Amino acid sequence: MNEAQRMVELIPRLRRYARALVGDRATADDLVQDTLERAWAKLHLYRRGTDLRAWLFTVMHNVHVNRVRAARPTDMLEDEMPELAQRAPQGDALLVRDLDRAIARLPAEQSAVLLLVTLEDMSYEEVARALDIPIGTVMSRLSRAREKLRGMMLGQSAAAKLKLVR
Amino acid sequence: MSDAPVTEAELQAYADGRLEPSRRAALEAWLAARPEEAERVADYRRLAEALRGAYDPVLEEPVPERLHQALRPGPRLKRYATVAGWLVLGIAIGLVAGWQLHESQPPAPQTADVGATMAHRAAIAHATYSPEVRHPVEVGADQEAHLVAWLSKRLGAPLRAPKLEAVGYSLVGGRLLPGDSGPVAHFMYQCNKGTRVTLYVRTEAASNRETAFRYAKEGNVRVFYWIDRKLGYALSSADVSKDDLFKVANAVYQQLNP
Repeated sequence: MNEAQRMVELIPRLRRYARALVGDRATADDLVQDTLERAWAKLHLYRRGTDLRAWLFTVMHNVHVNRVRAARPTDMLEDEMPELAQRAPQGDALLVRDLDRAIARLPAEQSAVLLLVTLEDMSYEEVARALDIPIGTVMSRLSRAREKLRGMMLGQSAAAKLKLVR
Repeated sequence: MSDAPVTEAELQAYADGRLEPSRRAALEAWLAARPEEAERVADYRRLAEALRGAYDPVLEEPVPERLHQALRPGPRLKRYATVAGWLVLGIAIGLVAGWQLHESQPPAPQTADVGATMAHRAAIAHATYSPEVRHPVEVGADQEAHLVAWLSKRLGAPLRAPKLEAVGYSLVGGRLLPGDSGPVAHFMYQCNKGTRVTLYVRTEAASNRETAFRYAKEGNVRVFYWIDRKLGYALSSADVSKDDLFKVANAVYQQLNP
């Protein structure tokens, strides 16, 4: 199977990750599209025989970080913006909406680690390689991401102890 | 070894079910003595489940066509150049034809001219939308039933999106367009090489009878058009020869008149 076919097979996973990362469906698919186009244009940089999935997530992370950086001024306003009128979500939809919002408030480098571990079930080593960071950084970002998410979702503000817990 | 202090990293690994077995007992004993930490780990696991529960359903959703198209061969630059070229052409066709139409308006024998206007509109719509990479259609083929029901409702006539696989084209999707006398349905098809044809469908006044196939060329865009009872059709393409387009037009006609 060639790379294009394997990439097509990975699209649903890229979409799942993107949806968790940015929440809104159309924006998430824009992110996936930009990722695929970029990966396709840079395919010569992909080393055959290595993990294509990890490489695609690396590309997506970079595309996302660039987008967030470009959109920074509006991001800052987000908390002050009035809520857009929406159909009142119920049950699961309510939970998904809360998760969307909580993830949106995490720094991109933390949400990437959390989602690659939780949704993609990547090993910590794979995450370290995909994001090009030391494994210690993977662990501390994972810890911070979870503690923030927990605080936002559960309304608690327990600060995680970052290094040693005695 | 197993009585080494528990680290935060180990706690995370334990929450993920990835802690090495030799440390598991030590960590569980440590947690047993610290209910708050045990609760924290339990929360992490609940969060992970909530995340998977929230986003795993995305895996089952149909993939929008535009994502497949992102992997189409051909350098992006060329595609953008093509888009720009088509937009310019579309505008040029509009300007020239609009001006000519304006010049030669008044004494208009009915059916032929009505059809020619349709061909002209269809060519512009084709030139405008067929190069579109990101949003070629409003509703994709993955929601074909919805698309057809929606367009039928807006046109006030039962429509069908012909199946053109036999002549090498599959439905990309469709959109609603404004027409001279009401809404217009616009279906887009694509072959596996990426060549697109579009089918423009509008409702016709009762006075317009059936016509044979007619052919028009607007700029680069070739159009076969015909009127069949209450609907007018125009099939356009820029990248297909007249003969090949005729085959597709025939297939459309056969499909709609079984």
